[in-house]
Amino acid sequence: MDIFVQQLINGLVLGSIYALVALGYTMVYGILELINFAHGEVTMFGAMVALAVIGVVLGVAPDLPGLLVVLAGVLVAIPVCMLLGFSIERLAYRPLRNAPRLAPLITAIGLSIVLQNVAMLIWGRQYIAFPPLLPKGQYEVLGAHVSNLQIFIVVLSILVMLGLWFMVQKTRLGRAMRATAQSRAVAQLMGVNVNSVIAATFVIGSALAAVAGVMVSAYYGLAHYYMGFLLGLKAFSAAVLGGIGNIAGAMLGGLLLGVIEALGAGYIGDLTGGFLGSHYQDVFAFFVLILVLVFRPSGLLGERVATRA
Amino acid sequence: MPVIKFFRQRPQLTLLLLAVLLAVLPFLVGAGLGKSWIRVLDFALLYVLLALGLNIVVGYAGLLDLGYIAFYALGAYLYAWLASPHFGLHLPFWAVLPIGALLAGLFGVLLGAPTLRLRGDYLAIVTLGFGEIIRIFMNNLNAPVNITNGPQGMNLIDPIAFGDFTFKGTHHFFGIAFSSAHLYYYLFLGFVLLAMLIALRLQDSRIGRAWAAIREDEVAAAAMGINTRNVKLLAFAMGATFGGLAGGLFAAFQGFISPESFGLMESIMILCMIVLGGMGNIPGVILGAVLLTVLPEALRYLGDAQRALLGHVALDPADLRMLLFGVALILMMLFRPEGLLPSRRRQRELHPEDGPGEQASLYDSRG
Repeated sequence: MDIFVQQLINGLVLGSIYALVALGYTMVYGILELINFAHGEVTMFGAMVALAVIGVVLGVAPDLPGLLVVLAGVLVAIPVCMLLGFSIERLAYRPLRNAPRLAPLITAIGLSIVLQNVAMLIWGRQYIAFPPLLPKGQYEVLGAHVSNLQIFIVVLSILVMLGLWFMVQKTRLGRAMRATAQSRAVAQLMGVNVNSVIAATFVIGSALAAVAGVMVSAYYGLAHYYMGFLLGLKAFSAAVLGGIGNIAGAMLGGLLLGVIEALGAGYIGDLTGGFLGSHYQDVFAFFVLILVLVFRPSGLLGERVATRA
Repeated sequence: MPVIKFFRQRPQLTLLLLAVLLAVLPFLVGAGLGKSWIRVLDFALLYVLLALGLNIVVGYAGLLDLGYIAFYALGAYLYAWLASPHFGLHLPFWAVLPIGALLAGLFGVLLGAPTLRLRGDYLAIVTLGFGEIIRIFMNNLNAPVNITNGPQGMNLIDPIAFGDFTFKGTHHFFGIAFSSAHLYYYLFLGFVLLAMLIALRLQDSRIGRAWAAIREDEVAAAAMGINTRNVKLLAFAMGATFGGLAGGLFAAFQGFISPESFGLMESIMILCMIVLGGMGNIPGVILGAVLLTVLPEALRYLGDAQRALLGHVALDPADLRMLLFGVALILMMLFRPEGLLPSRRRQRELHPEDGPGEQASLYDSRG
């Protein structure tokens, strides 16, 4: 029972990070029907930029409280990622908006490779450690350990998601986004500037990715130029699980995937008699993805059923 | 160009010259660039084989497969299981290679059957996930039962052998020394020619035309009575079979395999070859595969050049390589999505605004 609760908590923490990244995929997909392959890399850039800033700040003023230092990192990482998202859309996707479907997918893969390698040239191949800046502290809940950091991650991502929800449902921009997602042509006729709505979608998704990137590197204590790839894939799986194009679905899918992964990794050893161990953790996301696509391609909350290639 | 015209008008002479060139190529390369380049040549042929296989899936049928390397891995591991000291089995290659190809094809069907009814970009992600799953399993299936020997990989894999004649070491024929790399060159060349023949014959066959129809408009193709699911599945399985075969050859040639050789980047490399060369067009695909195998090797000289110019290596060419690939992919898609040597049909698909091309096709339907 202790293990169950512990893994459930770990899963929720991980899942809220996945949810933040998944939102970026789902918003772009909802509007453009495009898998923004480079989104994972934007997350990685968020983590890397934040760590670089944290390093500089610590060098200049080592006595600042840890929370402030991390905040400085996040506050620089967000605009950098927003700019990155904006330029990605402008340079690689906009020129191909009316091209065959394969074309933007391939540029997206190309972009992802470019971003990875640029990060490698800037920050090197080695793992970068996240300095222990956040206040430590652990609590016992139902026999499981919960750390300050875990609570912080979950609360912050819930706040961010609520903010996004409010923006999409209540603001002018949000309404324009929903209209564009339903029909680009009609939205344009109603006076929506579709190009700027699409750009805004990329920018907002990238800001969420920056936050998620910092969270994930703080949680694991590490950042690496390759970290975006797997994170992006899992987040995409989460988005598909929840129903791609559906914002609430991305949140639900992210949390669910995190829990599935954590519980799966915790129990797979017992279930298979020790044949498969917890290092198969990364496999679960893909199995979930394949199963969802086979049995319910529209996802848990999705309505549109995709049939056309 | 007059030169091209000269050869166009004399197909037999051209073929003969090409055959002679291909026959002596390893010796020319060995003498001109050094022995290590013969191995590069071998790898180029292996990649041509892989690219031809993936071209059936991506180029002909228009299905984006990002986990193609998984089939290559299956072929390679199967060869290693059946012909190495790992399980103590030493089956001959002519038994193992077909089994590997069939196994890969079977996995192609298993993966394709549920996913091929989905949209193209979902398929891309599922195949990508499948590729990662296979790699993770290869990496971890070494305990408690040692099946794949984990990250260390499997070595001492049997080379190709006809009876007592093995492809290991140097053999002499007519007073000429053939090293192992030479022998594999001719073997791979044979497989590549066979694959080319199959791919060429498929292109204009009933199935090939069905693939083209599905690629261009699936709904219309279904309305014309094409069983789109089965035909797509066939493309997927056929591509996988090629991959499995190439994997077996790779294991025999290299004598050692590890999960590292089967990462996502390899899948993307092969995709790059097709995209760069010209999707759906066999000469284009071959050009792409050769270019992308040879260029990274040539880029190594960039390190020497930097040392000569700057006194140190400022940018490691190996690091630069992937970056250049990424940039090349983006630029190709933006400015020349049909590739370096496109097929005419594909060019028309990608440039519908070029009205005259459409017109000319009425009179020039063979393309």
